[in-house]
Amino acid sequence: MEHYTMNLTLKVWRQKSSGDNGRFETYQVSDISSEMSFLEMFDVLNERLIKEGKDPIAFDHDCREGICGACSMYINGRPHGPWHANTTCQLHMRAYKNGDTIVVEPWRANSFPVLKDLVVDRTAFDRIIQAGGYISVNTGNPVDANAIPIEKDKADAAFAAAACIGCGACVAACKNSSAMLFLSAKVSHLALLPQGEPERKSRVLKMVETMDKEGFGSCTFTEACEAVCPKEISVTNISRLNKEYIVAGMTEEK
Amino acid sequence: MKWSEFFTSSVGKKLVMAFTGLFLITFLIVHVGINACIFADMVDDSDNGEMFNKAAHFMGASYVIRLMEIGLFIGILAHIVQGFMLEAQNRSRRKKGYAVSMGSQGSAWYKKSMGLLGTLILLFLIVHISHFWVPSRITYETTLNEVSYNGREMHNVFSKMVDVFQNPVVVLIYLLGCFSLAWHLLHGFQSSFRTVGVHNKKWLALINSVGVGFSIIVPLIFALMPLSIYFGWVTK
Repeated sequence: MEHYTMNLTLKVWRQKSSGDNGRFETYQVSDISSEMSFLEMFDVLNERLIKEGKDPIAFDHDCREGICGACSMYINGRPHGPWHANTTCQLHMRAYKNGDTIVVEPWRANSFPVLKDLVVDRTAFDRIIQAGGYISVNTGNPVDANAIPIEKDKADAAFAAAACIGCGACVAACKNSSAMLFLSAKVSHLALLPQGEPERKSRVLKMVETMDKEGFGSCTFTEACEAVCPKEISVTNISRLNKEYIVAGMTEEK
Repeated sequence: MKWSEFFTSSVGKKLVMAFTGLFLITFLIVHVGINACIFADMVDDSDNGEMFNKAAHFMGASYVIRLMEIGLFIGILAHIVQGFMLEAQNRSRRKKGYAVSMGSQGSAWYKKSMGLLGTLILLFLIVHISHFWVPSRITYETTLNEVSYNGREMHNVFSKMVDVFQNPVVVLIYLLGCFSLAWHLLHGFQSSFRTVGVHNKKWLALINSVGVGFSIIVPLIFALMPLSIYFGWVTK
């Protein structure tokens, strides 16, 4: 692909702290390379702001290779920007052309309060995981990987669900700010595997209860979450979560 | 887990919507079947709504059906109340909105507009119930002429219907109701099955196909009633 440079107008959400009202600020950036990543473009802008003695724009990032789930920008009306199955860090500037205006906002949901600029507090997801998104195992020597036979289809489906990086794009895209795609991925990947069986029922009940306490909305199957998920987690997992919840709710004695 | 906990969780609330929705879908099959009796007039000039009047009479003649009618109203009310509560609750989950909306990216407009479509159907229902159900089942209005078939007296609901659908504004309201119902069903039919836990791809494909067919055919038959009467294809 041919390399080119571009001048852009950025409208970025700036907010000093969670108590601040926040507002959009407009920045002009020039000579941006089409080969830069979106976050590198922000790095260039931040270096300039620091040199000018201004506060750089705070944004979450870590691995910058689409696997950690830290980056979380809502770009021109879409979580993680215009590319399909892609994280913000993997979005490249060749997605844009000279003269474009790009509006960048943080994830918006009551359960994800803005901490500063584009950084939101996503610890609600951690608390959902802590409620049951794990298997309890005794310490000791690891069991041989082939000791428990697992059907290929089940293993593939579990792996596809386990690909969720917990970035929160599903919540950001959902009109109800629902975390059901995230939760269903976490419940599904363990429900599909024999290792998840012992805590299967208590897990789903506790995780749904925690999700509700955290103030996320309910799922109305608009499928916007699936459309923006960088890991292409399917809404079919939500149906599976519902089934798990119904069975657990009707059969678990507690 | 207590009943109250089960049905008041975010998943439980959706289950109430799905179960009542599926119940109302089965009711629509009965309703559209009875309504379709008016088309007997198109193949038999001497019918004059006899088949329809007899079917409508049957639906009010026994206590069993009147009791089922109470169940139906409970289902409708539960669906409406829970729907409004869920919509309000879900909207409140994002106090600060986005400057740039996602629009219909990844999600068709009607999937995001179930609250609006449901409200339009509710408005239509108020008009519809006041036209037919209230005069025939509650107030026993005198405008409902009696008709006699083989010595058995019954309401001439067909005659009332023909009178009501002479007004083009009423026809338009009914068409809008059918239009809203079609889009509401297009999402609601398959979504309710997903909510109750169907995740097998083969079944979901089948449910989706049946849902699309149902969402087109049922509202179309409903819409054909006021149209047939207004354009004189079905007459007294």
